[in-house]
Amino acid sequence: MSDIKYLPGKEPHPSEHRLIFKNIDREGWDTSIDTYIADGGYEQLKKAITMEPSAITNEVKASGLRGRGGAGFPTGVKWGFIPPNNTKPVYLICNADESEPGTFKDRYILHQDPHQLIEGMVISAFAVGAKVAFIYIREEFPEAALTIERAIEEARAKSLVGKDILGSGFDLEIWVHRGAAAYICGEETGLIESLEGKRPYPRIKPPYFPAALGLYMAPTIVNNVESLCHVKHIIEMGGAEYAKLGVERNTGTRILCVSGDVKNPGYYEVQVGKVTMGELLNDICGGPKDGRSFKAVIPGGSSSKILRCEEVFKIGKGEDAKDLAFWDIQMDFDTLAACGTMAGSGGVIVLDDSRKMSWVLNNINHFYAHESCGQCTPCREGNGWMKKISDRIVNGLAAPEDIQTLEDVAYQIDGKTICAFGEASSWPVEAIISKFRDELTAETSEDNQRLSKEQLQREAYLTK
Amino acid sequence: MSDTVDTPKLPKDLAAEKGLVNVQIDGHWIQVPRGTRMIEACRMAEAQVPHYCYHPKLSSPGNCRMCLVQMGMPPRLAPGAEPTFNDEGFQDIGWMPRPVIACANTVGENMGIRTQGDLVKKTREGVMEFLLINHPLDCPICDQAGECSLQEFSVEHGRGQSRFIDDKVKKPKNVDIGPRVNLDDERCIMCSRCVRFMEEVADDPVLGFTERGTHTTLSCHPDRKLDSNYGMNTIDLCPVGALTSKDFRFQMRVWFLKETNSIDTNCATGCNTTIWTRGNEIYRVTPRLNNDVNSEWMPDSHRLAFHEVQGDDRLTDPMIKADGTHEVTNWQIAIEATSDALKQFEGSEIAIVASARQTNEELFLTKTLAGIVGSKSISTVPRMGEADGKLISADRNPNSNGAKLIFAQDDPSSGLDTIKVGLSNGSIKAIIALGEDLIDDAGFSHDELAAAELIVSTNIKANATAQASDIVLPSSSFAEKRGTMVNVTGRLQRLNQAVQAPGNAHDDWEILRDIILNYTGEANDMYMLEDIVKVIAQTIPAFEGVTLSKIGDQGIQLLETGVTIPLLEKEKQRVENREIVG
Repeated sequence: MSDIKYLPGKEPHPSEHRLIFKNIDREGWDTSIDTYIADGGYEQLKKAITMEPSAITNEVKASGLRGRGGAGFPTGVKWGFIPPNNTKPVYLICNADESEPGTFKDRYILHQDPHQLIEGMVISAFAVGAKVAFIYIREEFPEAALTIERAIEEARAKSLVGKDILGSGFDLEIWVHRGAAAYICGEETGLIESLEGKRPYPRIKPPYFPAALGLYMAPTIVNNVESLCHVKHIIEMGGAEYAKLGVERNTGTRILCVSGDVKNPGYYEVQVGKVTMGELLNDICGGPKDGRSFKAVIPGGSSSKILRCEEVFKIGKGEDAKDLAFWDIQMDFDTLAACGTMAGSGGVIVLDDSRKMSWVLNNINHFYAHESCGQCTPCREGNGWMKKISDRIVNGLAAPEDIQTLEDVAYQIDGKTICAFGEASSWPVEAIISKFRDELTAETSEDNQRLSKEQLQREAYLTK
Repeated sequence: MSDTVDTPKLPKDLAAEKGLVNVQIDGHWIQVPRGTRMIEACRMAEAQVPHYCYHPKLSSPGNCRMCLVQMGMPPRLAPGAEPTFNDEGFQDIGWMPRPVIACANTVGENMGIRTQGDLVKKTREGVMEFLLINHPLDCPICDQAGECSLQEFSVEHGRGQSRFIDDKVKKPKNVDIGPRVNLDDERCIMCSRCVRFMEEVADDPVLGFTERGTHTTLSCHPDRKLDSNYGMNTIDLCPVGALTSKDFRFQMRVWFLKETNSIDTNCATGCNTTIWTRGNEIYRVTPRLNNDVNSEWMPDSHRLAFHEVQGDDRLTDPMIKADGTHEVTNWQIAIEATSDALKQFEGSEIAIVASARQTNEELFLTKTLAGIVGSKSISTVPRMGEADGKLISADRNPNSNGAKLIFAQDDPSSGLDTIKVGLSNGSIKAIIALGEDLIDDAGFSHDELAAAELIVSTNIKANATAQASDIVLPSSSFAEKRGTMVNVTGRLQRLNQAVQAPGNAHDDWEILRDIILNYTGEANDMYMLEDIVKVIAQTIPAFEGVTLSKIGDQGIQLLETGVTIPLLEKEKQRVENREIVG
């Protein structure tokens, strides 16, 4: 590892553990298959293809790999949901619709190391028994789509994709499908609908769990780009060895995409849970900009709940209960969940004291109002409404009661929608209001009261 | 077995033996078939669950979120643990903190459903509020007012006051999406019932959504129109005033309309209908649920056919031709003139052109009349078209099967050519035409008619036959009379009277009865329609035991013709595949 040289100014931080991003910004590196193979590429595929598919799945289960797309669901368990007596074709889909605001890890894999993804995909497809795989790539990555297409052709020429891969008798076609710029296409059932050529309206679950009734109503496994890349490394290291990276139940490495008000924003691949919030922000990212101090952090993409830097969290139960200061939060799935937020897609958005929370709130609301697919009522109407209210807050046209209405609206969306978009859009609002209520209220004015005192009394009577 | 002798069986085992599961709905346990949708289980328990997008005949996208209820199941057991049962034999229910949709989820053993309570109430209130914030709330000028689910559920589940003070989303209004349907996009709640209907039932997927989020807009495919012959069903499906009928809109407030259950008489399928009237006017006809005939749909062409019978051109009085012109007369004179005229001919000289549009009762009296006057030439008029592979039968006569049974002939229309020949060679001199136009419908030539010495006709409108008739007897349309018909599958169905016949026009069976009375001079027992039904039931084996009340609103299967209705077959297949509830 030590002989790898990186481009000047792009060297990884010493605290990093580069697995997936080993070749990102590497000196002398290009996307050609020759470069990849010269570096030992596709060796894991050669190894995996001689294994029993179930043995690969077991290695992935043993590795404890959790999905890197946002939900953190164990990848091996997901693969195991394919009905055992299935007779339909199985599909593997790589979700490259990386669209969670604050997240920019998959694009580097696609742009700089496409063969790593292809290798991971072929191994995964072999494990789940898929003969057809798709890479659903977002519209905003035109260059990545070309790169990956080229890479697939290179791999096909070397019998690493296509018919009878490496003479093993295993066939796999990989198709690249480009989206049309919709956030909801990152939701796995929305993605499947889109792939089928329809509007990406997420499906209701139950009954349409993709592992049983996915693409064309056949079992379908949808995995994130980073998750599929990890599979390659799990084969290389063995599941048990891989599980030694990171901490218990939060294994391996993951790429944290830090953006916002830090000295050195960027991508940092670290062992899950081995880095605390304080180390990440102050050491790795170089601390706040000069003359500024940190105010709040959105730890896992825009849909995760915001954390205040001075917060102290009560985690654990009974005997194990303890206080955990913001700076001591380990950046893993379980700790962040215990703090009431989530690790999500790894997009860490940092806000310093120059940021107005109303502006943050409004920015997020605009995004979700624009991206709501419009299928189900609470999300379609609620997000538009939240945007309108926060628009008024930033423009000084809101009354104090609007903060309450906004919070009510968020809770009216939360848990009532077809897909997780409802939570994705309402959680940030709920968190920002509960943690910055005073700051928001300070931007409102009694002069903007919707109703007179008498009207309010009448309303109270009528709705009693 | 020895175990079960000692311990009484648990409710779950008792239910399982019958293919049922126990479900607790609002505190009460009921048994429903395994696989039942929660919303249907609630319906069985008489706990109404409000909904917009769910429709038993369409797929369930679960998008309106109005049917959210609280669900509970027994808590998952630790490995190796045995379930415990309470005194009633049920496991305790662990209630889920988040609501679930009742429309697409199915019940399970020991499941609990709450359609009431704080969580459900707050959820419904929230969804209702969302549905209304961008809705124009233009009920005073909306055609749907009075039969609008949005109105209904906002009264039952809404907040009563709006908190929305921002600008509503602007969307297209008064959109001409088809020849018979109008769209107001601002009223649309995106339930997608119409979209699904056009795709799944009408096989013409012209509708869809454009834009996204709160700007989502229902629209028609570019360069296409909602012009399917089943397009108007989307109006009935639309829970709000987004899709309205160009024919009916702004004509009448629905709460003034009286509903009469009846059947469609434009083809042999006999779609079940509701005729909506006020005073003596029909305002609209809509399909009515019958899973053995038309599901919940009907073709537009048949739905709008009622306009044919409304208008100024209806015959209102009996007329007798004198010196080449028709003179209005009264019924007594007209009936007497008819029977007197008929008596001038030998039975073999009289032909009766009956109609498979007549009810069974009318056909029976027609046959009786033929017997009395001694006519051997009696035939209905065939009316064949193309079947549309859905609901429209190739046979456009609504009661061909009835005519077969009453006339005891395999093809009751087979005698028509013989009558024509008879007219040409002079062996037939008198014709009684019952509701059929001899020129347009029966295909007689003007010359052939001119050869007849006597033509008596019953008609609802002036036509060539009426023009040629010596005696014209104004009769009733499908909406103005009662009676029974047998559809293409052999189902006996009822026609009910929605309006009065115009002027002095009479019900057809009364006309026939009066002619018989006058001709024979003998009293009979046919005072009302029921009396004829009774005689038919006694004399024609297929009708044995039939009464009007037994037929009811859904009809009874009288015979097995082996003919199926394509749309129903497709629906049955979808029910079997569990795509729809049915």
